[in-house]
Amino acid sequence: MSHRNDLESARERLSRSRGREFWRSLEELSGDPAFQDLLHREFPRHASEWEEGLDRRRFLQLAAASLALAGLSACTRQPLEAIVPYVKLPEEIVPGRPRFFATAATLGGYATGLLVESHEGRPTKIEGNPDHPASLGATDVFAQALVLGLYDPDRSQLLLELGEIRTWNAFVQRLQAALRAQQSQGGAGIRILTGTVTSPTLGDQVRSLVTRFPKARWHQYEASGRDNVRLGARLAFGESIETRYDFSRADVVLSLDADVLIASPGSLRYARDFADRRRVRGGQARMSRLYMIETSPTATGTLADHRLAIRSVRVPRLAVALVAELGVGGTSGSPERLADDEARFISSAAADLRGHAGRGIVVAGDQAPAAVHALVHAINDRLGNAGSTVLHSAPVEVEPVDQVASIRELVEDMRAGRVDLLAIIGGNPVFDAPADLGFTEALLKVPLRLRLGLEEDETSEYCHWHIPEAHTLETWTDARAYDGTVTLMQPLIEPLYAGKSAHELLSAFLDDPPRTGREILRDYWRTTAKAADFESFWRLSLHDGMVPGTALPPKAATPEPGAAARALAAIRQAGATERADDDGLLELNFRPDPTIHDGRFANNGWLQELPKPLSKMTWDNAAYIGPAAAGRLGIASGDVVEIEVEGRKVIAPAWILPGHPDGAATVHFGYGRRKCGRVGAGIGFDAYALRTTGALWSHPGAAIRRTGGRQVLACTQEHFSMEGRDLVRVGTLAAYKDDPEFARKMGEAPPKDSTLYPGFKYEGHAWGVAIDLSACTGCNACVVACVAENNIPVVGKDQVRRGREMHWLRIDRYYEGGPEAADAHHQPVMCMQCEQAPCEVVCPVGATSHSSEGLNDMVYNRCVGTRYCSNNCPYKVRRFNFLQYSDETTPVLKLGRNPDVTVRSRGVMEKCTYCVQRINGARITAEKEERPIKDGEIQTACQQACPTQAIVFGDINDKDSRVSRLKAEPLNYGLLEQLNTRPRTTYLAKLRNPNPDLERG
Amino acid sequence: MEQTPGTGGPRAADPGRPPLIAPGYTSATVTDKISAVVLRGTPRWWFAAFGAAFLLVMLLLGTLGHLFLKGVGIYGVNIPVGWGWDITNFVWWIGIGHAGTLISAILLLLRQEWRNSINRFAEAMTLFAVACASLYPVVHLGRPWVLYWLFPYPSTMGVWPQFRSPLVWDVFAVSTYATISLLFWFIGLIPDLATLRDRAKSRFAQIVYGMLAMGWRGSARHWHNYESAYLMLAGLATPLVVSVHSVVSFDFAVGIIPGWHSTIFPPYFVAGAIYSGFAMVLTLAIPLRAIFGLKDFITDRHLQNMAKVMLATGLIVAYGYLIEIFMAWYGDNRFDVYMSLNRMFGPYAFQFWSLIACNVVAPQALWIKRLRRSPVFLFVIAIIVNVGMWLERYVIIVTSLHRDFLPSSWGMYSGTVWDYSTFVGSIGLFLALMFLFIRFLPMISIFEMRTILPEARVEEARK
Repeated sequence: MSHRNDLESARERLSRSRGREFWRSLEELSGDPAFQDLLHREFPRHASEWEEGLDRRRFLQLAAASLALAGLSACTRQPLEAIVPYVKLPEEIVPGRPRFFATAATLGGYATGLLVESHEGRPTKIEGNPDHPASLGATDVFAQALVLGLYDPDRSQLLLELGEIRTWNAFVQRLQAALRAQQSQGGAGIRILTGTVTSPTLGDQVRSLVTRFPKARWHQYEASGRDNVRLGARLAFGESIETRYDFSRADVVLSLDADVLIASPGSLRYARDFADRRRVRGGQARMSRLYMIETSPTATGTLADHRLAIRSVRVPRLAVALVAELGVGGTSGSPERLADDEARFISSAAADLRGHAGRGIVVAGDQAPAAVHALVHAINDRLGNAGSTVLHSAPVEVEPVDQVASIRELVEDMRAGRVDLLAIIGGNPVFDAPADLGFTEALLKVPLRLRLGLEEDETSEYCHWHIPEAHTLETWTDARAYDGTVTLMQPLIEPLYAGKSAHELLSAFLDDPPRTGREILRDYWRTTAKAADFESFWRLSLHDGMVPGTALPPKAATPEPGAAARALAAIRQAGATERADDDGLLELNFRPDPTIHDGRFANNGWLQELPKPLSKMTWDNAAYIGPAAAGRLGIASGDVVEIEVEGRKVIAPAWILPGHPDGAATVHFGYGRRKCGRVGAGIGFDAYALRTTGALWSHPGAAIRRTGGRQVLACTQEHFSMEGRDLVRVGTLAAYKDDPEFARKMGEAPPKDSTLYPGFKYEGHAWGVAIDLSACTGCNACVVACVAENNIPVVGKDQVRRGREMHWLRIDRYYEGGPEAADAHHQPVMCMQCEQAPCEVVCPVGATSHSSEGLNDMVYNRCVGTRYCSNNCPYKVRRFNFLQYSDETTPVLKLGRNPDVTVRSRGVMEKCTYCVQRINGARITAEKEERPIKDGEIQTACQQACPTQAIVFGDINDKDSRVSRLKAEPLNYGLLEQLNTRPRTTYLAKLRNPNPDLERG
Repeated sequence: MEQTPGTGGPRAADPGRPPLIAPGYTSATVTDKISAVVLRGTPRWWFAAFGAAFLLVMLLLGTLGHLFLKGVGIYGVNIPVGWGWDITNFVWWIGIGHAGTLISAILLLLRQEWRNSINRFAEAMTLFAVACASLYPVVHLGRPWVLYWLFPYPSTMGVWPQFRSPLVWDVFAVSTYATISLLFWFIGLIPDLATLRDRAKSRFAQIVYGMLAMGWRGSARHWHNYESAYLMLAGLATPLVVSVHSVVSFDFAVGIIPGWHSTIFPPYFVAGAIYSGFAMVLTLAIPLRAIFGLKDFITDRHLQNMAKVMLATGLIVAYGYLIEIFMAWYGDNRFDVYMSLNRMFGPYAFQFWSLIACNVVAPQALWIKRLRRSPVFLFVIAIIVNVGMWLERYVIIVTSLHRDFLPSSWGMYSGTVWDYSTFVGSIGLFLALMFLFIRFLPMISIFEMRTILPEARVEEARK
């Protein structure tokens, strides 16, 4: 019996029973204990235990069987999944055809309008909303990387109370109990901490909260905040005033340490307007002029016609000198002592500004002291720029406050035990609050700490309750752009992990039962919009990505009399305590990181691997110093240094940055995350540890010492000189006027017939790209757009260090001139799609071949991976999957991939395709509609993201296309064209417009 | 087996030259002495030596296992340096193989009888070197499992290799070369295999050697057919001496990279290949003749002749280096000038100057007769030249790629531990095959040695 099948024995038992026997279950059937035993065994007999008297033959049988079974199970690696087609196709959804939805992304509260591409309900790609004033179709790097943030497998997925999983209802009950306790004392113990808020709905909710609990307080803190801008406006105008700029009308721009084209609210729009004002086309030779005074070299600075690198302590002095030079009313006194180059710079800039009164802009950076902002307001007012190029309006923020004061007050309240319930909505104050506040210790005194966050971060660790936050792309909310335009932000997807929005959390404070985000938003706008037909208002606003008529109208604002004098006095007073220059200390400047901002994007691999615009460093931050200071301190790039500020110390790698002023160093905050996902934790150093309320942006006396250690940093470009080669061709506007062909004469293009073989004939389309180097700001948006569009994998720090980054599009950066006053040039380099491509000839299997439209098509399936094509590519734009770089195992990452682009596996070569999937998409549409493809119908991902429209794609067989017209410009030249590769990607030489007065000196 | 027709011509031994074989040997003693190495019991040292080589083969297999699991990223290659140790080793091994073909084919046609004592193991060396070399094009691929796409086979998809690519030419050149070398070596072995068959004591050896001897009985017809086949194969192999390394040099010369794109590459690569090949023959012959007491067959005159070939080809190679630098200056191409200066004074200057020291300076000692006659000295020089030729390929590949046209893409390259283990492992494979060869096959051609005996001359004179 023991060798017989168990089920058989059951069947036998059934057959033995007389008459009809009904059984409902095996339990009932199994009357006898033997069968009971069978049921309770997990496995049928023979698999679960050795029988007695097992002989050799039997043993071998079993061994063979298990071996065979092991083989079988190895064949079923794929998990079972059902493919269910739509039983009823939802209206408008065509599988395979993406749909686009308007929404917005916010950074520091300010919104940028977006169009999000959605494939069958999965957002895959972010584009700018062409109708939105802050975007005009462009995006920045952070918006482009939103998709990866949404699908980040390390995102917080659970609602936790002290590490235990809880339900939303349990949380609401706990919260309601705490609120009932607060009711009697008017909510005196309630504190809400948020970042900068421009959302009218959220503002309304907070106000309702304060109405219900009159003694509750709302605090705002943003690590990369704009306190100086707010305080400066208040100092100048006596009230909160928002200032925005119109670069499309500006002929002369003077920036006092403002990275205004890259990192300020509205910078996408500013960059576009600025570039438009400088495009030299068809003999029209007019350009605006940018004077840049800056401390830490910025991408905006690389566009400047004149750049002055000074320590940030000098910025107020130069502002004072400028005020004196321009004779702004009510400002007199002893003239500033300036260095020769500073004096010439200021007098030339002042003369230029005076000569273009009403058509100039003076702008101060977020980190410049409030008094400088006040002086700048006075200057713009005096020159008549205000109202013309400089526009004032009511504040965009719901409630502009001095955020440092706000968080300081919160810390004082917490320390004094006045806070019973703190809700931290977004942000990460445990990590990024000023180091001298002691935020964390004070926080521990709060009896109930709630936290709404995208990830379980440093702050969550110190909170009782952690509530997973819904991602921007999962949330119903609203926000204002730099000019006040409101976007109703709609979710693209149901929250993946049942995350809650800030609205829903606040609703738990206010409503019983809590409302959903959509209800909250609709309820607010129903009462606010007062539209006759709310539904059409709602649908129109959602569709357009903007609420019509919400842009804040410009209003006249005149600086208060005496404001400039007060600002001057403040600067003089600050200057009196200035330290001596020669004590061997350096001025330490703090800046948000160009790719991971204040640390919130630390777990985003796309942004981590994005080269910093100037140092081309990835996956790390460093202490940047100028060549002169480095020479004096004996520091080389990669040396590990100790930075000490007022007894606080951090260990950091040093990096020598050309163009960085002497006597100063810069550190970027955001790195050194202690608790974060797998991508961002434990890399870089924490510059917040040195940042105090007294020296939020700059500390005058930091000691930097070598420790003797070395750190290898992962840079994508290590050589910064052009070695005298004509790679980026640069000229002045004056040279262009003398000889528009000057750029062509800098190189030697071989004649078209210098080949033995007949060229390809391109009937139909011939795709090409022209890149305007004058317009490129080096902002990197194109690089991330390319990564997102083309499923480009993240390879990690170690692989980047080995020279194996996968970016199809890179921005080369070269320096020209001396190390201190270095001019930087950006050059986006993607595949040149050569007409005589060196890569095509050498591939042994024809995996890269010429298409009828002139693309060097890459056939991944055919590639065997000899890497010969890359060796033979003079532009080195090919990228190789040395290892299995694409994550093929994490399910959630698969959702974010572009279904139109192959995910490459290990061992194959890849490179820029000119977004061939978009070309083919447009071709199919055009063929169905029986019409030719229109010029501008196809936009490559890089082109679409570019804020300044520096990249133009099109058909060069069409002589009227934008790209053909650009290629006909005298500035057009091919990179390494002397090799006779006949690149389809060409460049327009970079033009600068220096002031002849300064140039002569 | 009494008949020993000569492959050499009817030339009397030059009285002014030292003999090619020590005096006092007869057909029988030559046969005894060479076949004894195979038929005697295995010496104990052989087990140790083969064991050591076998361990290195295991290292190679382990490395390749890791490589196939993880991908080619375990090596140091990157963008811009897409080839590194892999292709360096490939070219190095292919080059080493060249001496074998040259000795067996060209010297046979030129009736250089002194080749008779070294051609057998030089051919074996060729074969094993080609085996090691052909490993690298496989393992350097990103997807080695689709290697067969490089061969023109009738695919149902109608897809062919891309015949303009030098890598496809490589496939043809190397596979032809391997085939011809194998045939040539095997056909040359047949009479000796028959000798071993006849002399073997154990039944097993008799059967194996008997099967390999393919029924050789030494009849006049056999000898006639054999001679024709051998000469024909020699004729076929002769162009390969020039073509294989010319094609290998096209891998570089066809590229547009400064430092690669040069018309001098084919002749200078061929000379380099012969140079390194003779160095390797010397590296092997000097210890072998000492260990097996074969100094009577591989005489000092053989060593001297090989040293002279090395000196001549070494000078051609030096000329190649010089002309490259001259052309960079004379052509006044910005990129070529930079490449030359970067090679000499850039980050890989140490490798460049080591290569010059090894390949150009060191062999000049061979002008001195006394040194040419010292086997120990020749052994040292041969090792130095082997190192130098490896460095030459490394310098050509790495220094040209690491700084080409766009400074933004410049990078550095260095091998990883896996690069080293693959290389050391391939040397192990080579040695293991070599040890098997000297243990189981006659390392010197018995019948060809018999033709240069004085008694063979007497018979010829009588005719």
